[in-house]
Amino acid sequence: MSLPLTVASALSDFGDGLDFLVHQRDSVAGGVQVGGAKNLPLLSEHLKVVGLSMLFAILIAVPLGLYLGHTKRGQFVASSISNVGRSVPAIALVLFFSSYLGLELKNLVFAMTLLAIPPIFTNAYVGVRQVDEDVVDAARGMGLTGVQVVRRVELPLALPLVFGGIRTSVVNVIATATLGPYVGVLTLGDPIINTSVYGDDGRIGTAILVAALAVLAEVLFAAIQRAVTPAPLRPARQGLRGLRRGRPTLAQVADTPA
Amino acid sequence: MLPLLAQVKITDRNGAGQNCVQQDGFCPGWIKDHIGDYVDPLVRHLELTVVSVVAGFLIAFALAMLAHRRRWLVAPITGATGVMYTIPSLALFGILLPITGFGFVTGCIALTAYNLLVIFRNIMAGLDNVPEAAKDAATGMGMTPNQVLRQVELPLAIPEIVAGVRVATTTTVGLAALAFIAGAGGLGEPLIVNQNFKSNVVTVGVLCVLLAAVLDLLLLLAERLALPWRRVAR
Repeated sequence: MSLPLTVASALSDFGDGLDFLVHQRDSVAGGVQVGGAKNLPLLSEHLKVVGLSMLFAILIAVPLGLYLGHTKRGQFVASSISNVGRSVPAIALVLFFSSYLGLELKNLVFAMTLLAIPPIFTNAYVGVRQVDEDVVDAARGMGLTGVQVVRRVELPLALPLVFGGIRTSVVNVIATATLGPYVGVLTLGDPIINTSVYGDDGRIGTAILVAALAVLAEVLFAAIQRAVTPAPLRPARQGLRGLRRGRPTLAQVADTPA
Repeated sequence: MLPLLAQVKITDRNGAGQNCVQQDGFCPGWIKDHIGDYVDPLVRHLELTVVSVVAGFLIAFALAMLAHRRRWLVAPITGATGVMYTIPSLALFGILLPITGFGFVTGCIALTAYNLLVIFRNIMAGLDNVPEAAKDAATGMGMTPNQVLRQVELPLAIPEIVAGVRVATTTTVGLAALAFIAGAGGLGEPLIVNQNFKSNVVTVGVLCVLLAAVLDLLLLLAERLALPWRRVAR
């Protein structure tokens, strides 16, 4: 096929895909309605899984990262989690836990929480470790206790990286939630995986929707990250993910798509 | 009732191993007997990873060379590759299907797209970190800007560049497990065919981690070979 023809047919496929998102129709085999408003339960299930996993991951990873960073322990743990974690396929982890715990929402959330923890943990850890030693000494010299140092000095200075980790994890988790149908949780991944029910239009339309969702989350959390960065620390100009100078930090190394 | 009893007897006679497989358990014996079945998907997984990382490196390198001379290009390139990096792989495979169809190529294109940001960012960081003094000295010795780039800046940037390629490689090994969605095969295929069988799931997971570890070690080795002056310093 010539190039203009390929482009034209791809564009029309994308158009059909978008049509799936707004108009309800019969499933491929018939009998079931799919598309249009029928996508809403999939979307809400998707967001529910993402929200719950992120909530648990933040509750576990942020305090742990802050504590270990403050006490300067666990360097080895922080680096090995981020290195090994990257090569374990999300789908293998999700299937592993479902094969032991069963096909249920809470088991998917459990696996996804585990996937979401490493970026948040390493970023929180690095965020606290990179705080200038002199600043901490000055705070102690002014009579601040350990807890006060964490709350008033280390946490505010680490906040941009903490939110950087959350941003990485949100995007990962939105991506991983598409694997839900493999473990019996009907998320937006269902039309992408089960083409025999939803048809090619369903696959393409939902793929576009999930992609848009991820980009939206990225942009939103980038804005939040910028908002919580103390003004003097804000870089003059930043790309979508920020081009930092210098050796890639542990936090950057922990960035992983899913 | 009788046939059922007979069945139970047979499984008992066959020993714990057989029982374990029937219960979808984790059975070292089964894994030992069937590890050969994973060789082809593993090789395909390796091919996907190597092709995507090499292609990603070549494109990112070309982009970095463009942006090195024209700094204003850095922001748009980072932005564009950042968007590609953000799109979930399952969605990207779905979006690519109408354009490139099922197969190895679609898998490689998607995986390549993910490598661009990390490698580009690291090449730029490596070039930016070359000490001004080294570049000045090279220019003072009469080198042209191209010679400075090839003989001074790029060699000094190797550690950062390799760091980027290492991150890209381990990430790609993990992502390639979904390439089967695009019809590109890989270790995800046997994984999904028997997704409730613990031995199968664990074998695939461990193979992925091992593959990533081996590739990572090879890259470390390549870095040491490429930096003879560092070896002397140590």
